[in-house]
Amino acid sequence: MTVDAPRSNLPPLSLHVPEPKFRPGDEADFSDVDVPPADAARRPDTADSADSFHDLAYGLVRVLDERGQAVGNWNPRLDAEAKRKMLRNMALVRAFDERMFRAQRQGKTSFYMKSTGEEAVSVAATMALASDDMCFPSYRQQGILITRGYSLVAMMNQIYSNKADPLQGRQLPIMYSAKDHGFFSISGNLATQYPQAVGWAMASAAKGDNRIAATWCGEGSTAEGDFHSAMTFATVYKAPVILNVVNNQWAISSFSGFAGAEATTFAARAIGYGIAGLRIDGNDALAVYAATQWAAERARTNQGPTLIEHFTYRAEGHSTSDDPTQYRSAGEPNAWPLGDPIRRLKDHLIALGEWDEERHVAQDLELAEMVKAAQKEAEKNGVLGHGMHQPFDSMFEGVFEETPWHLKEQCQQMLDEQKAAGL
Amino acid sequence: MNMIQAINSAMDVMMERDPDVVVMGEDVGYFGGVFRATAGLQAKYGKTRAFDTPITEIGIIGVAIGMGAYGLRPVPEIQFADYIYPALDQLVSEAARLRYRSAADFTAPITVRSPYGGGIFGGQTHSQSPEGIFTHVSGIKTVIPSTPYDAKGLLIAAIEDNDPTLFLEPKRIYNGPFDGHYDRPSKNWSAHPAGEVPTGYYKVPLGKAATVRTGEAVTILCYGTMVHVVASTAEEMGVDAEIIDLRTLVPLDIDAIEESVKKTGRCMIVHEATRTGGFGAELSALVQERCFYHLEAPIERVTGFDTPYPHSLEWAYFPGPVRIGTALQKILKD
Repeated sequence: MTVDAPRSNLPPLSLHVPEPKFRPGDEADFSDVDVPPADAARRPDTADSADSFHDLAYGLVRVLDERGQAVGNWNPRLDAEAKRKMLRNMALVRAFDERMFRAQRQGKTSFYMKSTGEEAVSVAATMALASDDMCFPSYRQQGILITRGYSLVAMMNQIYSNKADPLQGRQLPIMYSAKDHGFFSISGNLATQYPQAVGWAMASAAKGDNRIAATWCGEGSTAEGDFHSAMTFATVYKAPVILNVVNNQWAISSFSGFAGAEATTFAARAIGYGIAGLRIDGNDALAVYAATQWAAERARTNQGPTLIEHFTYRAEGHSTSDDPTQYRSAGEPNAWPLGDPIRRLKDHLIALGEWDEERHVAQDLELAEMVKAAQKEAEKNGVLGHGMHQPFDSMFEGVFEETPWHLKEQCQQMLDEQKAAGL
Repeated sequence: MNMIQAINSAMDVMMERDPDVVVMGEDVGYFGGVFRATAGLQAKYGKTRAFDTPITEIGIIGVAIGMGAYGLRPVPEIQFADYIYPALDQLVSEAARLRYRSAADFTAPITVRSPYGGGIFGGQTHSQSPEGIFTHVSGIKTVIPSTPYDAKGLLIAAIEDNDPTLFLEPKRIYNGPFDGHYDRPSKNWSAHPAGEVPTGYYKVPLGKAATVRTGEAVTILCYGTMVHVVASTAEEMGVDAEIIDLRTLVPLDIDAIEESVKKTGRCMIVHEATRTGGFGAELSALVQERCFYHLEAPIERVTGFDTPYPHSLEWAYFPGPVRIGTALQKILKD
């Protein structure tokens, strides 16, 4: 017999459904976001045991302070030339994003996704990796390709699905693939690249190679089962992999609370797996560089994986199909306490006397022209709005290494249909 | 060899020939697999080539895809096909699509081994036949052997193949052919000609069916355990059936099917998997489209029922001699 008397004086249960702090019409105020001083975080030895990273998983590694100075133990002490290159790459990513966003609005392609405000996460991380380390990105790390010098025209050809598209018009725009640039084929299915990156890293280790893998996913995707599987495999085999979580606060319209951010940090997830966890200022390019360099050294010396949470902000809509004013305060991007990654690195270089406003303006103009010229070049190969640019039968190629009879038959059927319809 | 030994031998041969072949999965390393399919491989090739994994099918397949992208040729095992579902996203969205979506920039040369099928009192989660889920996916090959000789030759072919392959092993016939008479003593592969397996390297080509018995009265399309149940039932009934063991479901040996049905004028399809949306439906449609004017009777399907796989009522569910026999009488009467 059940005894229910002792419960009778309890209030009824209530379900907690997270709610972001600001909705459309609200004034955004992030003053309660804890931003520790830039020199606050200690820099541990890369060989340190994963169980000693509690403070770093809940803290925030930062290098650039409010006055544009690079300070603290994590300062990677890059020379001015490297920092200018970093700034240029980030500005190029932004210029590319602006141009392609507009191209979508002009009907030249079906879809685009910007990475505005998150340029440091991909650009600075890539600069801290070796050029032959393998990257398993999500769809918002176009900065990897740009930093590695992949052709802008080829990227645009892919976006336009035109006759020069390296992926033969098979993929949605921005789902690039560039093996020779260490850039794994992007999938629309979230977090699938996480265990794949771990597997690549395990293979590299099993073969006695010296290359490592790096992967990226958004904070929303950490809720996928693939994330858990990847973390488990990574820790079990001490895989030489860097697991980046880009916490840009938003997964389309869902704020990070729906991925668990109300209760903990994403870097803190590493603790339970026995993986080194760093939570860093994702809008601080020098912190991103330093943390990646640290994690790469840890991986390359067989000390195992590192999870890096890049605390940042998705400054624009999720994609060209999204309107963020429908679910969040319009003032959020400007109120974000960690500012803009390009602006912060620029201010730092200016404070050092290694850059100035005039050069910056000139560089922005130059990059805009460069992107424009690439666009002109790419558009010679056609844009999506002007129809199908690949031979019809190419649709059936590459499903398997050799095309089996049933695909050959279907291909012939399609060609006959086209012919009968007078196309 | 029995089928387990043949499968073990295939991996041994391939690991010996190609240093990029690695086997992995739950309990496959030190222990050698819950069915002993990987026994001895870790001791012979070391822990980096034959290793145990955490219990996460997403991880096993996802990691194998990453290893394949690096340049290895992984042979991951899913302990029971009933447990492949957590890995569906990695198999369907990733392995099967990788070559296509990257225009061959990356490929997934992985061979996923998994014991499947019923007849062992495995109940709901140790008896399923999920092949129809995968034959519906473009970009993945599905292979099912029915003898030790084929199991080894097909597995070697699958491992060498550059496309992702699902290799389903009918666990009911791991130790011996099964004629469907569950109440009689079980047989051993040592008494069967296909239990004669060469120790070295050989291949059985993917995409080619085997005609197990030539006949004139009816064509029976089947694979896995059903090949033996069908052969024995036809013999007991004295039916001159032409029995085709498909061996590979995708890509399918359509020529062998078409040729046989046009000759016999009758077609019966037998599989353990549930009926609706099962691979038998595809076979039936293909035969109807291609052999319509040669058909003298409606195509018959003998399959598992559209229920979860039962425990105690297994022998009412299983397409055994009674169910196949009834269908044979019907199709021959028409």
